[in-house]
Amino acid sequence: MDCHLDIFFLEAVLNGLLLAGLLALLALGLNLVFGVIDVVWICYAELVMVGMYGIHYAHKGGAPFLLAALLGILLVALAGALLHVLVIRPVLDSAPINQLLVTGGVLFFLQAAATMAFGIEFRNIGIRLGSVNLMDMSFAWSRLLTFAVALGGMLALWLFLTRTYMGTAIRAIAQDRQIMPLMGVDQRKVYLVTSAIGGGLAGLAAALMVLQYDIYPQIGLQFGPLIFMICVLGGLGNMIGGFVAAFIIAQFIAVGGSCFATEWGYAIAFLFFMVAIFIRPQGLFAAKS
Amino acid sequence: MAMLGVSGLTKRFGGFTAVKEVSFAVEEGEILGLIGPNGSGKSTIFNCIAGLYPPTAGSIVFEGEEIASLSPNRICHKGIGRTFQIPRPFRNLSLLENVALSAFFGQAGNVSRSDCWRLAEEALGMVGLPTDALGGTDGLGAAALKKLELARALATQPRLLLADESLNGLDHAEMEQAAEMLRRIRQEKGITIVWVEHIMGVLMRVVDRVVVLDHGEVILQGKPRDAQADRQVIEVYLGPEAVA
Repeated sequence: MDCHLDIFFLEAVLNGLLLAGLLALLALGLNLVFGVIDVVWICYAELVMVGMYGIHYAHKGGAPFLLAALLGILLVALAGALLHVLVIRPVLDSAPINQLLVTGGVLFFLQAAATMAFGIEFRNIGIRLGSVNLMDMSFAWSRLLTFAVALGGMLALWLFLTRTYMGTAIRAIAQDRQIMPLMGVDQRKVYLVTSAIGGGLAGLAAALMVLQYDIYPQIGLQFGPLIFMICVLGGLGNMIGGFVAAFIIAQFIAVGGSCFATEWGYAIAFLFFMVAIFIRPQGLFAAKS
Repeated sequence: MAMLGVSGLTKRFGGFTAVKEVSFAVEEGEILGLIGPNGSGKSTIFNCIAGLYPPTAGSIVFEGEEIASLSPNRICHKGIGRTFQIPRPFRNLSLLENVALSAFFGQAGNVSRSDCWRLAEEALGMVGLPTDALGGTDGLGAAALKKLELARALATQPRLLLADESLNGLDHAEMEQAAEMLRRIRQEKGITIVWVEHIMGVLMRVVDRVVVLDHGEVILQGKPRDAQADRQVIEVYLGPEAVA
């Protein structure tokens, strides 16, 4: 073991913090959709993958990165809305296991379709932002940017949920889906808008991830389990809980990875998750009843 | 023409027929009692009118317009409000916020936020709950929760109110109070009321007409005294021995 409380340890902690921003953003979209519609999008990370390819090809086709990112966000927002209309809405009243299975089916469909369409090569958007050095520590600009934009995105969502008619309707229906329609809330529209926002958040995450990661059809497998672990640890559907859980898990990955090896970071994070779930099966924070 | 016309309404759940070809009309300005023993289909009829269940067959016409199978929010916007047997307020909101929320959504957001507060205060005043209530709903007893439930329905500005089991769980004085409140709502706001109840006593003194249900079918429509004198109604409520 090579772990001392030195400058490298601090670097790992700070990098964990930056990673937490991205993971929190990823968990937020999934939590929003579950909290409101009560359906888990198992294929959430695959929507991110679709967004990454979309941004990659838009950029390659000549669009400046910001425009490509915007197109990617719109693409995944549309994908989220389509997922709801075509796949979720028909099974809304069936057993939860059926809902899990259909979105699981979408996961494999998207992976296979991406493999057929784009091949198995790793692609990179080719934008290098460089890094900033601070007292022997090095931080990639792409990570700093990701952290800032992820926090900004979460703040924007919070403002939307608390300050607008539709946002208020979304929060209300998340609490009581039977009463609110009788008080004039359009459940179908709320579900559709929520799905589009959930997709849009996945698109935003995709725009940030293309700056840090290579794109390949199975990238969802790298992030999907992590996102679910964070959501469940924070209490599925609990957006604040997911936010806090992202910071906990990111520290296990970053510090564990720095002290041992990167793979160990993930192993320790999942070990912690299993123990935590034994102790608090409903998640660390009070989940919705 | 009647304000609400229900004709041939049937609702089946799988092989079970909860409501079978029920027809009745509600005239504007009246209080109609919809009564019957537990399981006679009263709440199912309410749920069909309010849009929570799509009817299996039949039509529901409100102010000249077919509303069967419309979504609950559309029906709410058309002017029908309903309360639930078991009150389900938002526990993390204050009384005023609970009611303001339904004032806001009941008008599809086409009212200013300040108007929502005013409508909410008005509705709370109507049912006799404190209008400056910033406290939560935790300390409220059964009677106050029923009032809150009623205030939430009133805040959506209905012309027709569907009141479900407003008396259930109340003591005798509270029942009299609740009945008086419905009478006052009709009188002061001109709201037409359909009142579902399985407790008959208090209701009979307030309603203009009753529709009596048993096993999902209408067995009698008429004045309260007709129902009280009817052999079949007495049998349904008290058993065959009571008739003999």
